[in-house]
Amino acid sequence: MQALNRKLFRDLWRIKGQALAISMVIAVGVLMLIAYLSNFNSLQSTRDSYYERQRFGHVFATLKRAPLALGSRISAIPGVAQAETRVVFDVALDVDGLAEPATGRLVSIPEHKREIVNDVVLVHGRYIEPGRPDEVIVSQGFVEANRLGPGDTVGAILNGRRRDLEIVGVGLSPEYVYTIRQGEMIPDNSRFGVFWMGRRALAAAFDMEGGFNDVSLLLRPGAQVERVIQELDELIRPYGGWGAIPRDLQLSHWSVQNELNGIRVAGVIIPMVFLAVAAFLLHVVLHRIVAVQREQIATLKALGYPRLSIARHYTYWALAISLTGTLIGTVCGGLLGRGMLSMYNEFFRFPVLEYRLDPTVVAGAVVVGIFAAVFGAHTSVRRAVRLQPAEAMRPEPPAKYSASLVERLGLQRLLSQPARIILRNIERQPLRSAITIGGIALSLAVLIVGMFAVDSLDLMMDMQFRVAQRQDLQLTFTEPISPDGIYSLQRLPGVMMAEPVLSVPVRLRSGQRSRQLAITGLPESPQLFRVVDAETLSPADLSHDGVVLAERLAHVLDVRPGDSLTAEVLIGSRPVRELAIASTVRQHMGLAAYMNIDAVRRLLHQDRTLSGGYLTVDSQALPDMFRAIKETPAIAGSGLKAAALKSFQETFAANLGIMIFFNVLFASIIAFGVVYNAARVSLAERSRELASLRVMGFMRQEISAILLGELGILALLALPLGLLLGYGLTSQLVKAMETELYAFPLSAVPSTYAICALTILGATLVSGLLVRRKLDHLDLLEVLKAKE
Amino acid sequence: MTASIPDPARQATADGGFRGHDIVFEAKNVTKRYDMGEVTVDALRGVNLSLRASEFIVLLGPSGSGKSTLLNILGGLDVPTSGAVTYRGRDLSGADDATRTAYRRNHVGFVFQFYNLIPSLTARENVALVTEIVRDPMPPQEALRIVGLGDRMNHFPAQLSGGEQQRVAIARAISKRPEVLLCDEPTGALDISTGVVVLEAIERINQELGTATAVITHNAAVASIADRVVQLSDGLIVADRGNPVKTAARDLTW
Repeated sequence: MQALNRKLFRDLWRIKGQALAISMVIAVGVLMLIAYLSNFNSLQSTRDSYYERQRFGHVFATLKRAPLALGSRISAIPGVAQAETRVVFDVALDVDGLAEPATGRLVSIPEHKREIVNDVVLVHGRYIEPGRPDEVIVSQGFVEANRLGPGDTVGAILNGRRRDLEIVGVGLSPEYVYTIRQGEMIPDNSRFGVFWMGRRALAAAFDMEGGFNDVSLLLRPGAQVERVIQELDELIRPYGGWGAIPRDLQLSHWSVQNELNGIRVAGVIIPMVFLAVAAFLLHVVLHRIVAVQREQIATLKALGYPRLSIARHYTYWALAISLTGTLIGTVCGGLLGRGMLSMYNEFFRFPVLEYRLDPTVVAGAVVVGIFAAVFGAHTSVRRAVRLQPAEAMRPEPPAKYSASLVERLGLQRLLSQPARIILRNIERQPLRSAITIGGIALSLAVLIVGMFAVDSLDLMMDMQFRVAQRQDLQLTFTEPISPDGIYSLQRLPGVMMAEPVLSVPVRLRSGQRSRQLAITGLPESPQLFRVVDAETLSPADLSHDGVVLAERLAHVLDVRPGDSLTAEVLIGSRPVRELAIASTVRQHMGLAAYMNIDAVRRLLHQDRTLSGGYLTVDSQALPDMFRAIKETPAIAGSGLKAAALKSFQETFAANLGIMIFFNVLFASIIAFGVVYNAARVSLAERSRELASLRVMGFMRQEISAILLGELGILALLALPLGLLLGYGLTSQLVKAMETELYAFPLSAVPSTYAICALTILGATLVSGLLVRRKLDHLDLLEVLKAKE
Repeated sequence: MTASIPDPARQATADGGFRGHDIVFEAKNVTKRYDMGEVTVDALRGVNLSLRASEFIVLLGPSGSGKSTLLNILGGLDVPTSGAVTYRGRDLSGADDATRTAYRRNHVGFVFQFYNLIPSLTARENVALVTEIVRDPMPPQEALRIVGLGDRMNHFPAQLSGGEQQRVAIARAISKRPEVLLCDEPTGALDISTGVVVLEAIERINQELGTATAVITHNAAVASIADRVVQLSDGLIVADRGNPVKTAARDLTW
């Protein structure tokens, strides 16, 4: 056994280049597996313990105003462990050094600290003191983005009156791990913050003494969420309740959960591609090794080595290569995983986000690595075991060839002898040619999948910010006002165009299925906020009374155009109406429903029917505009498109570069591994043939052309396949990552595909040239002397 | 290909034909030393040899005597450590790889013990491999007819016997109408009767085309078909004698 192991080490050392190339492919697969799954584990365990510790609620509801007494009835709902009633309002902020208006979410907390649902973690500073109504704890992201801290003040318009709120503490809450406003795509920490304020002070400012407008429930283990929601809805309905939602639909939780799902999907699918390629490469290399070592195997058998030893010997080959890769991948995966987690730290706010490389993840990676090795080795091992010693002592008969397909088609005259050698070799070993083609194609596919996110985000941004939304600014009133309000919007400084919007919270129901959302009422042919189909780019028709649904919403509710559904309006007199579904539009994100604004007014039977407006503003006048907004108490919030775009670019641009770098690196490793191994195996098998050609007087470049020409043809055949595979894999990934509220557009940008294909060709060329160097040093005499 | 050596032989023949008397190869004090890690092997230790046009010589000697090394140096596959080798008056001992490649391509035909055919090409295509890259080749069919394989041209190596494969290799070597044919143990892997057929082919080429031929063998019986027999031992030529009574290859026995 000792001697066999020594043989293993020396043999492996002789093919170290090839072995390392395969190890690297495995390393990348393992690296991704480890990086993704360790991030999944870290985020999930951090989140779960955070939720547990801070008593993150299970059910959330907002209402207009209910008396405090209702709180105890809510607490009495079976399954409820703790009910927290709160006062919550969004207000306009005036932050020093920030021209644009920001939005603050004021959330009430008890003056005397006690354990509440959605408890705040104090990162630094102190808790508010009773009797100091202007003290607030502010969310960490907002404080950092605006370079504020305890002792600073922030101006806020509370119910029409400007107050200076004093920051005493910096905090975090499980409710705002992902601190984002409804309807926005990515967090804008400088323009949206959470302000925790004393209950008494907040209630006084908004005339909510003795009442509340928000409730969160902590449930007992085993409680039935659906039943609790039903009972809660009944209790709060008379008080303007908007309909409770479970934790799954809470915006921050939902975002974190989506990311977790995405990580898990990517962390399984992508590493599998790498490991599959590695298994095939192991197959090719081991196949070759067993063929070369025929006589050695026969000798070992003649010496009395049992089949098991032989099987173990060749399995070790594969395992040595695979476990080297697994080791490299685990170490690098741990490092990359840590880096990835710090990237998540920019998006998700946890008190401590600790990187945790779970032993089970490492064990999983090792198992997968072993599986790839065994899978790749099994046919070669079987061949070695079954070899008959007497037969194997003789060299293998010359390989059988036949005329290639191209020649049988009658094109023979067009081919030189070297061209025939190339074609017949490709055809003689269809499996190996297929593996090379498949491997190169997969490397291209992996690259396309990686680059897809870049194009997809681009497309989404383009759709969102250039095609659909053409406004500069979106304003939302604290409460719906009369339609005349549009004139006051038009009178704001620098306004060139103003379009009304009426957004109404509803619950849409079709049979058993229902969703709670806002119907957006728009003019018949809106110029600024347009409802556009993401694929046809044609605007939806809003000239009728029917409702236009986002396709995904129609799917969720299982309805199609021509059907009708029930709309329960959640404000005002809470009318219930049947709505006809006029059409559906494809949209990348959100479960949206649109109607003509006049139809929404009829639905409401109300005259106060303007909830906000979309504006285009002369950029010169923006500072005046911002000042005016800050001084207008009726305006609760504003969304500046340019700021959203800027914040998006700042958040993603840095990460995008890193992402592209790793994608190119990893895909190139596959391409290199595949081509290098294919070339080395061909070179080893055919060095005699190529040396004979050199002896006959063929030049170096002429024999290189034969060996590399074969690879070149395989690479060219692989490209179209890779493009298709890339598209297919991307669409699978898009499907796997699609959620109810979100779908990456499946973009296939020709220039990206072309760049990916060129990158892979480049990696192919580099490995081809490395092998060519070997070819140039072919020892003619040595090769001719030895019989294989 | 531009680096090819000028071909005085052909000019001379055209001028008035004293071919047959002029010297094709000349080796003077050729040594070859291989450094193999800690040991050095002196494969040739001062060899002097000349080969005339149309001459048929046999190099005899036990394994390790330096026959193959000498043949490889004459054929431009290797360079001597010291001494001079000239082909038609041109120095080969200091030629670079490209020059030697061009030399092999245009002037030398090689035949090896293990045939060295390209398995993916048929007999005719193996010959065409050479005829496609040289000036003034003979048609592959003709070369194959000379070695008696006119009817098996479209067979792949795997479909041919050992003797047939070796004859394809000979056809491939002569199809370029080489000045010299160098054969290293051409019958080493064959039985008597196939070996004789192969030697007949070599003999015929020497006689009909006037190709200077050097055959390496460790089989003394083969020597009787040569014009001259050169015996090597331990890196030196120990005997160099003419063979006044040539035996026809078909009459050989061993």
